[in-house]
Amino acid sequence: MNVNRWSPNSSNGYNLPMGVTDISHDIYGLHMLVFWICVAIAIVVFGAMILSLLKFRKSRGAIADTSMVHSTKVEIVWTVIPVLILVFMAVPAAETILKMEDTRNSELSIRVTGYQWKWQYQYMNEAEGIDYFSTLSQDSNFARQLHSGIDPKSVPNYLLSVDKPLVVPSGTKVRLLLTSMDVIHAWWVPDFGVKRDAIPGFINELWFKVTPGKEGLYRGQCAALCGRDHGFMPIVVDVRSPADFQKWVLEQKAALNPPALPAGAPAPAAAAEPVKTARLD
Amino acid sequence: MADAHAIAHDDHHDQPPAGIKRWLFATNHKDIGTMYLLFSLIMFFVGGAMAMVIRAELFQPGLQLVDPVLFNQMTTNHALVMIFGAVMPAFVGLANWMIPLQIGAPDMALPRMNNFSFWLLPFAFTILLSTFFVPGGAVAGGWTMYPPLVLQTGDSFPMLIFAVHLMGVSSIMGAINVIVTIMNMRAPGMTLLKMPIFCWTWLITAYLLIAVMPVLAGAVTMLLMDHFFKTSFFNAAGGGDPLMFEHVFWFFGHPEVYIMILPAFGIVSEIIPTFSRKPLFGATSMIYATASIGFLSFIVWGHHMFADGMPMAAQLFFMMSTMLIAVPTGVKVFNWTATLWRGSLSFEPPMLFALGFLFMFTIGGFSGVMLAIVPADFQYNNSYFVVAHFHYVLVPGAVFAIMGAVYYWLPKWTGNMYNLKLAKTHFWLSTIFVNVLFFPQHFLGLAGMPRRVPDYAVQFSDWNIVSSIGGFGFGLVQILFAIAVIQCIRGGKKASAAVWDGARPVGLEWCIASPAPYHSFTTPPVLEPAEVRHT
Repeated sequence: MNVNRWSPNSSNGYNLPMGVTDISHDIYGLHMLVFWICVAIAIVVFGAMILSLLKFRKSRGAIADTSMVHSTKVEIVWTVIPVLILVFMAVPAAETILKMEDTRNSELSIRVTGYQWKWQYQYMNEAEGIDYFSTLSQDSNFARQLHSGIDPKSVPNYLLSVDKPLVVPSGTKVRLLLTSMDVIHAWWVPDFGVKRDAIPGFINELWFKVTPGKEGLYRGQCAALCGRDHGFMPIVVDVRSPADFQKWVLEQKAALNPPALPAGAPAPAAAAEPVKTARLD
Repeated sequence: MADAHAIAHDDHHDQPPAGIKRWLFATNHKDIGTMYLLFSLIMFFVGGAMAMVIRAELFQPGLQLVDPVLFNQMTTNHALVMIFGAVMPAFVGLANWMIPLQIGAPDMALPRMNNFSFWLLPFAFTILLSTFFVPGGAVAGGWTMYPPLVLQTGDSFPMLIFAVHLMGVSSIMGAINVIVTIMNMRAPGMTLLKMPIFCWTWLITAYLLIAVMPVLAGAVTMLLMDHFFKTSFFNAAGGGDPLMFEHVFWFFGHPEVYIMILPAFGIVSEIIPTFSRKPLFGATSMIYATASIGFLSFIVWGHHMFADGMPMAAQLFFMMSTMLIAVPTGVKVFNWTATLWRGSLSFEPPMLFALGFLFMFTIGGFSGVMLAIVPADFQYNNSYFVVAHFHYVLVPGAVFAIMGAVYYWLPKWTGNMYNLKLAKTHFWLSTIFVNVLFFPQHFLGLAGMPRRVPDYAVQFSDWNIVSSIGGFGFGLVQILFAIAVIQCIRGGKKASAAVWDGARPVGLEWCIASPAPYHSFTTPPVLEPAEVRHT
């Protein structure tokens, strides 16, 4: 299961989660690559520092070599080598950026709107019409009040459970269109490797495709300070198999349009605010 | 020269005026430097008290002490106080004290402006801190003041803007003073490339300040307009652009980061050669590296905004430019290491702090390179990993350098040697606790804990407990610093002119008596090349 003792996601409690999308795997790989490069550099640099601290102590009779003031050769070497290392890291990073930014051919789009302090999910494509808010679940909300007297450890998924999660199919390229109705929020689910700001007047895009077989509940939080209850607007994504998702869509639509009523219910009012796009493609 | 004449005329007052007038009407660079440094120390404890509240609330999950609004006020004001009240004034105080002594000038070039730039600060911070008592409470939208959130602030909003303006005016005047002093008042024969490294780093810092503080002033003025005069600079409903604020803010904000670290580079470049008894390795390349970092600081602001939705080309550009900063910064770290190599090292308190800086700033540099990698930044952004990163470069980075500078020059200022044992205890306890405090925050961020939250999921409890214990320890230990400084001001073993006799102090400041006389270098010194800089 993706929730464990150490972290609310697939992290082991001290490292990035491996996650359940190709992108989150790529990010994990990049993160570890850069981390190990840093460790290697640290061993060399800290090694040289520690060696000097041990070897060249005045208390051990070390005499300073005051003629050692500069060396063009050495300085060129330690300028060029870091440049090469940086290029080595930048290439795979750039490849991943290209992948992350490619929102073409998405199979399901959902408009995500941030409010102080809840999320609204409006489905498009075949799930058009499904539209609901997702807020912090009741038990967390009681426990998180100042001096509530409720032990957070007794609340399942404290601060990370909602009344109605976002439901998406696995193995499907899901595109989120993010905006906000008040202040800037950010939508972050660590296991998907996605985070993007929801900004009033803008529509930002992100996409994820959960690997089939990884169905389950994935948890995240708002990641941009958005006022009093910034810490209390979690995100829960319920990933279902495409068949189960279809079933869920039909149920929702049935609840939405009871068959007795004539079709053609009024569409929800469109946003009045001018909308810009933050991307250039 | 008119200036020289005035100074010669004043020569017979070698005693400062008595009482409060000495401080209110101060024009002496040493008095103003002292006031800046004491002000900064007070603000360090004020900002630190706010940090203690933050760490106490985060000690365990659930809300025990403060409500989320007060928590957000604490994080916001902790940042504003530490950046504008503690770190920047400390550097200006050091500049006031040391630049004239290092370049052989009798005083700063513009002494009355110097007085004004200091005395703006107590007013600015009285206004800022009094916002805790106005309707709606203190500013709680983060020190970055992003609209539309900051526009929801209550009555404290215009007070915030006014306080930021005062701080900005103060900084600009301080920077002008540094530039004018360095450009015009160097002792005869001290060419720019012979000037001590601390002065060089401050010269570059001063240009950064003049370039970016007006940008901040513009940004907050637009906020003020949006709030009170119904303009729509940042209001999407009126055709404005909330993202534009972030661009303008970080165009200020990133050079600001270097404003808080370049003088620290200068300090470390003074201390390490002294206690290695060896010239600074690659001194000229140090100057070029500092200037490159200064230049690059203007073209990397976008890396604060990768998750905000940016064109792909901009993501690639800002990733590359940010990674480039690692090159000159690396050159500096390598040069310091090479200075240690084949030296003759001793470990007096200033050296301990400089070495602490060297190790822990480098750790902050590594996490900085990781943050530059855009795809990974989507995970790190706005998580505790970022908090760990910038605290590593600011606390064991900038703050340790400032403390090292104080321990390095305090005997020159007071004429007394401080309690070396107490200072070493202060160093070791600070180093232990600062790592207990900030290292686990890397883990919290990677495991998915967002920053600026008053409460968290129970899985994050363990590392938060560790971090809070480190925080309380680090906070308490700083009382030792205050004790060491106050004891030293009151008395102690007399220091010689060179102070660090057994080491290799180089520079004009060591040629005059300790304590430095109230008026120094009233006639310009004659320079011996070896006594000017560690080259």
